[in-house]
Formats: sequence, C-alpha cells, structure tokens
Amino acid sequence: MPMISCEKVYMSYDSTKAVEGVSFSVEKGDFLCIVGENGTGKSTLLKGILGLQKLNSGTIVFSGIKSGEIGYLPQRTVVQKDFPASVWEVVLSGRQTKGFRLFYTPEDRKTARENISLMGIDDIKNKPFNELSGGQQQRVLLARALCATQKVLLLDEPTTGLDPFVTAELYKLTAKLNREYGVTIIMVTHDIKNSLEYANKILSMEHDGDFFGTTREYLKTPAAKRIFGGGIDD
Amino acid sequence: MIETFFQMFEYEFMLRAIIVGVLVALCSALLGVTLVLKRYSMIGDGLSHVGFGALCIALAMNLAPLTVSVPVVVIAAFLLLQISENSKIKGDAAIALISSTALAVGVIITSTTTGINSDVNGYMFGSILAMSDADVLVSIILSVAVLVLYVVFYNKIFSVTFDESFARATGTKTKMYNTLISLLTAITIVIGMRIMGAMLISSLVIFPALTSMRVCRSFRKVVVTSAIVSIVCFLTGLFVSFAYSLPAGASVVAVNAVAFGIFSLIGIIKRKVS
Repeated sequence: MPMISCEKVYMSYDSTKAVEGVSFSVEKGDFLCIVGENGTGKSTLLKGILGLQKLNSGTIVFSGIKSGEIGYLPQRTVVQKDFPASVWEVVLSGRQTKGFRLFYTPEDRKTARENISLMGIDDIKNKPFNELSGGQQQRVLLARALCATQKVLLLDEPTTGLDPFVTAELYKLTAKLNREYGVTIIMVTHDIKNSLEYANKILSMEHDGDFFGTTREYLKTPAAKRIFGGGIDD
Repeated sequence: MIETFFQMFEYEFMLRAIIVGVLVALCSALLGVTLVLKRYSMIGDGLSHVGFGALCIALAMNLAPLTVSVPVVVIAAFLLLQISENSKIKGDAAIALISSTALAVGVIITSTTTGINSDVNGYMFGSILAMSDADVLVSIILSVAVLVLYVVFYNKIFSVTFDESFARATGTKTKMYNTLISLLTAITIVIGMRIMGAMLISSLVIFPALTSMRVCRSFRKVVVTSAIVSIVCFLTGLFVSFAYSLPAGASVVAVNAVAFGIFSLIGIIKRKVS
C-alpha cells in the first residue's frame, strides 16, 4: 500500500479552483517532484496533504504515517526576515511535534545536534537565523523538519531565490537524505532540470491537464517535449 | 534622590501601583515580543480602546470596572483574531474599525452621563490612585496566571510565532495558541490600562520588545531582555513621576522611548564593531 495516495483531489484557493482532480501516490523511499506553471495549485495541493487546508472533494490516504509525522519545509515568510532566533532555537523547535513539553529532553537535544551535523551547519549553530544566507537558512529549516520526522519531507519551492550553485547543493543534500537515509521526499519546484536528475516520480500540474508517472514516462509527455523541444531520448 | 526613591514605598497607593505595574510590565513585555513579531502590534492599541469603552459603560452604570472590562476586552480579542485570520477586511483595518467605534461609544456614554470627569481622564491617561484593594488582588491573580501560562507554553509560543505553517503541519494546534496569546494580551491590557491609561498602555506592549530587538539576536535573549527593560523602565518612570509630580503613565512611556533610543545606539555600535 502506498505511503500517501491522493485520489481525485479538488481544492480551491481564494474561492477559485486551484487543484482539479489530481491523483497520485507516493511509495516509501520515493523522490516525487511536483512541477508546473504558476497558479496550477502546486502549493495548495501541498497544504492539502499537510492538512492545512480542507479538500473540496477526493481523498488523501496515509499508510504507515500519521498526520504530524510529515516534515515540512515551507516557503520562507516575511515574519522570519527580522525574527530574532538562533539556529539552535529554530532546529530544536522541530521537536515540539513530539507532544507538549515544558523543557526539551536530552533526547530532543541529541536529535537536534545530530540533524545539525547532518546538514553540515555545526559552525553556525549559535548564529542568528535571519543573518544567514538563503542556502544556510534552508539547511537550518531542513534540520528542523528532520527533527520532526525522518519518514517523509515536504518541500515547498526550497530553491526559490538561491543561486544555481547553492541550488545544486540543496538538491544533492535532499537526494542524500532520500538515498542514504530512506527519507521519502515530496518537492514542489519550478526547477525541472534538477527535478529530472533526482526525482524518480514526477507530478506535472498544467492548465491543460495533469501528468503523474515516473521520470522516464514524463519525458515522453507533450509538456516535457514543449520544454525540451522533444530533443531528449532515453 | 535615594531618599525620594524610598519615600515612594511609604505611600500605600504607590505600593499598589508598583506591585501591579511591575506585574503588568512583565506580562506585556513577554507577550509584546510575540505580538510585534507576528505583526499584531496594533492589537494592543485596539484592545485598550475597547477597554476604555467598557470602563465608561461600567462608570455610567456604577459597576466594578474590572468585572465589566475583562470579559468585554476578551471577547473583542477573540473577534479581532477571527477577523484578521478569515475576513476580507485585513487585520490592521479591522483593528482601526473596532477601536475607534469603541472609543466613540465610550465618549458618547460619558458625555450623556458623567461628562469628562477625573475618573474618565484617569481611564484615558492612567492614574495610580485608581486601584482599590480588590482591583490589586484581581490584578495580581490575573497577571500571575498570565506569567505561568506564558512560561509553561514558552516553547510552543516560539514555534507558533516563528513559523505557523510548520507548527500546524507538524501537529501543533496553532489556533489554540493564537487564542491563548490574545486572551493573555486582553487580560494584560485591561489590568495595565488603569495605571497607564487606555491611550498609553499599548506602548508597554510594543516598546520593550522593539527595544531588546535592537541588540539581542536570539528569541530567548529578546524575551528575557524585554522583561528586564520593561520592569526597569516602569520603575524609573514611576519614580520620575513621583519625584517631579508628572503623570505616571506618560512618564513610563517617555522612559521607554529613551531606552529604545539607547538600545538602538548600542545596536548600531555593536554591528559596526563586529
């Protein structure tokens, strides 16, 4: 049984239809990229999976994970721009999902330290979050998401505003989590080139219809041919 | 100078003002950090105006001020939160609507009953003489409750303030914590406005947070510094008002403004050095 399966999901955003009859499924260990033009409801769909927004119709069924066991890397908000918080505070806050706690337990701290090392950000542990570069901030938020869960991560356009070099690094890091640590990845992105390199499944949401399948199958679709001029063969 | 400082504690009304004031300064500083960061600074202002309206009604009907204004302001806080989350009227506009309406109601009621007497003046700009023993007791109980709740939920409040979507996605009941924050704010505002005045109480919420953010770069440091700054500024302001016979609320705000200036300067120097 798939870890997450969406069946004919309909959702709206500001009372306009955003997600129209999307179906897809994610197996444990998958790296799914959700691609598509602006305004095709990619982020809205993500909110549906996370339970942040109600579905108009359709179902999303989880197997082997509970809601709240999904790590999330949201788009960065305006609030965070001048928010005084140290990297350590941000990462540790990922452990809040383990239920109410007056103080963080030694285990919480250990997990936070491990994930900070995993993301290679030990040296900036005590730095203020809002003074970091975009790439560093994303690593911090990834570490926080990993503190919440190691099972599945949802990333919402994580590379927006990052330069190509940092973008490539972030993809590599995500791929490492996927391959070496078995973390299931669902990523919303505009970056089709990198998606094709790392993802094993693609959900393409276009105004003229959706596609869901393996990366290989995606390359044969009209949408992919439009982007790559039909020049890519396998 | 020192003599005058100790004289301050000899008067019973000053003692009352100090006890309640320090507690309110502490509560408002803690909550202020969250409100400022969530871009809810004006909620304090809006609620205090609602509180003014409620006090005017209580005065006209000869009811106990706190028993009327606490529930009214709490309800207003819930309303404001709902509106700023769901409605098409954006948060700041909604606050302006509600606060000016409440102010208008207060003024109309006052003018048809008592007129702008010293009581009403006290509601607007604060009075350290306003507190009765019963008020002091209620204030102490409420502010201790606010403090305990804030400390207990400190970590949750951090995660909800820093990143609401993440907190919600990973299973935190963010709505409950937002409600908690506005409930605590409402209570703090009502208690504080007796001393500080409806027009000035919101500064107690906003100033300490902004002041400490000039210098501090972690959430915990900001929270702790805000609390200290707020209490020091309150006591200094109260002392200045006592020594030079100035209005208490206004003096506290003035001291806060000076502290903000000093911290801004320290912040600039700190950044130049590093």
